[in-house]
Amino acid sequence: MLGWAFVTPAAVIILLFGAVPIVWSLVMSFQRNNLLSPHAPFIGLSNYRQLAHDPVVIQATEHTLVYTALFVPGTMAIGLFLAIAMNRKLRFMWFYRTAAYATMAISTISEALVFIWLFDPAYGVVNYAFSVAGLPQQQFLNDPSEALFVIVTMTIWGWSGFAVVIYLAALQGIPKELTEAAAIDGAGRWATFRRITLPLLSPASLFLVVWLTINALQLFDEVFLSTQGGPLGATTVLVYYLYEQAFTTNFSFGYASAIAYLLFVVIVIVTAIQFRVGRRLTYYRS
Amino acid sequence: MTALKAIAIPGRLRRVRLPFSPWHLVLIPATFVLIFPFIWIIVTSVETSDEALRFPPDLAPNVLRFANYSDVLAAAPFGRFLLNSAVVALTTVISNLVLCSAAGYAFARFRFLGRGLMFVLIMTTLMVPFQVTMIPQFIITKWIGVHLLAGAGINHIGALIVPNAATAFGVFFLRQFFRTLPIEYEEAARVDGASRLTVLLRIVLPLSAPALATLAALTFLDSWNNFLWPLIAITSPNEMTLPLGLATFQGAHTTEWNLLMAGNMMSLAPMLLVFLLAQRYFVRSVAATGLAGT
Repeated sequence: MLGWAFVTPAAVIILLFGAVPIVWSLVMSFQRNNLLSPHAPFIGLSNYRQLAHDPVVIQATEHTLVYTALFVPGTMAIGLFLAIAMNRKLRFMWFYRTAAYATMAISTISEALVFIWLFDPAYGVVNYAFSVAGLPQQQFLNDPSEALFVIVTMTIWGWSGFAVVIYLAALQGIPKELTEAAAIDGAGRWATFRRITLPLLSPASLFLVVWLTINALQLFDEVFLSTQGGPLGATTVLVYYLYEQAFTTNFSFGYASAIAYLLFVVIVIVTAIQFRVGRRLTYYRS
Repeated sequence: MTALKAIAIPGRLRRVRLPFSPWHLVLIPATFVLIFPFIWIIVTSVETSDEALRFPPDLAPNVLRFANYSDVLAAAPFGRFLLNSAVVALTTVISNLVLCSAAGYAFARFRFLGRGLMFVLIMTTLMVPFQVTMIPQFIITKWIGVHLLAGAGINHIGALIVPNAATAFGVFFLRQFFRTLPIEYEEAARVDGASRLTVLLRIVLPLSAPALATLAALTFLDSWNNFLWPLIAITSPNEMTLPLGLATFQGAHTTEWNLLMAGNMMSLAPMLLVFLLAQRYFVRSVAATGLAGT
C-alpha cells in the first residue's frame, strides 16, 4: 500500500484533469451541451453529422493540413541547414548558436506580435524590404491568399531553434570515423552527406516530423493573435474553430467536443502514417 | 571539414587563404534573420508614435523615447503579469518535481496491486491533445472554485497551477530514468534499515540531478509559454500571466506599435535573460527529449 501513498497525489491530478476529461468530452460530443442552458440532452451522432456537413470544418481541416504540410518540412530543412553550418568549431560560434536557441525562449504570443508588426502592410519592415528590392507591396495578413503563409513564416522562425538543437545533438552523435572513412574511400562531400550523415540523422528526423506535426495540427496562439481566423476565414484552423465554438459566441461545448475528437482522430491517423513510413526509412545504429 | 577552412583560390593567388572560414558567410546572414525580430522589437520600443508609423521606416530612431515603457506600465500591470507568470511557473515546476518523483519512483521500483493498470491509465493521457480535455477541465476547475477552493477556481492563478501540478510526461520521464539507476545502492540502504522515502530522498534523487534539471527546464518553458488554457481560465487582469496580458494589451492598443513593442520587450526579456543564463540546461533538456524520442 506504500506504493499507493507515493502514486496517489500525482495520479489524482493526472486522472482528474487528464483521464476523466477524455471520457467526459466524448460523452459531451453526443449531447447538445450548452453552457447557457441547464439541460444537456443526448442527441446521438447529431454533432458528428453536423461536423461532416459544416463547410467551416472542412475548410479548417484543409487549412490545418496545408499549414502542417508547409511548416513541418520548412522547419526541418532550415533546422538541418543551420545545424550543419553550426556543427563546427569557429570563432563566434557561441553567438550564432545562441541566436538560434534564443527563439526557443520567446513565447508564441511575443513571436506573433513582432511578426504582425514586421509584416504590417502599411508600415512594416518586410514591405519596405520589398520596395527596396523592387517588388510590389503586399497585404500579407490582410490578404486571404497570403495570411496563412505569413503564419507559416512566423512559426518556422519560432521553432527553428528547437530543430537546430535536435539536429545538432544528433550530428554530434555521429562518430567522425564514419564520415572520414567515407572521405578516404573517395566519396565526395555531397555523397557523404547523402549516404552517411542523412541516414544517421533519420531517427532525429522521424522525431522532428512527429513532434512538429503534432504541434502544427494544434496551431492556435498565432492565429488567435494575428488574424482571428480571418481574413474571410482564410486562417481558420481546427483548434481556432473549436475555441470559437466553445468559448466565444455560443458556448456549444457539445459541438466543440466533437471537433476536438475530429482533431484527435486526425492527429492519430497522421502520426500513425508517419511512424509506419518513417520506421521503414529510419536507420537505427544498435 | 578542416579542408573548408582554407579555400585555395586557383591561379596566382593559390596560397592565399580566406582570413576567415567561408561558413561565416552563411552564418552571419542566417543569424541576422534569426535575431532581427528581437532587434526590431527593441528599436520600435523606443520610438515615438510618429516615428513608428513612418514609411519607409527609420532603421534607427532619432530620439530614444524610454517613456514608452512607463506609458505601458501605466496602461497595463506588466509587473503583475510577470509576478503571476513567475509564481505559476515556479510552483508548477516544484510540484511536478515532488509529485512526479514520488509517483515515478513507485512505478519504477515498487510492486503494488493496480500498478500496471494505473500506469497505463496515466500513459493514455499522454496521447490525447489538450484540446480534447480542455472543456471538461474548464468545467471541473470551475466546480472546484465554487465548491472546494476558490483560489484554484476559474479566474485565479491557482487554476493555472493545479491542473498541471503533476504531468503524465513527468511521471513517465522520471520512471524511465529511475529504472536506469543501479539498484544495488537502494537495496544496500534498505538492508541497513532505511525507509523507502529515505532511499528516495537520500540516494535516488541525488543521483537523478540531470533528469530533475531536464524536467524542471521543460516544465518551466511549457508553463511560461502556455496561452490557450490561461486564455480560457482567466479574465481578470490581476490574475493574468505574461502571454495573456500581452495579448490583452494588444487588443486594446492595436496600432500603437511603439507601446506594443515596449510591452513585448518587457514580456520576453525576463525569460530571455533566464534562458541565456541557463542556456546549457535548457539546450541539454530539449536535446534530451529528442534523443529519448529517437
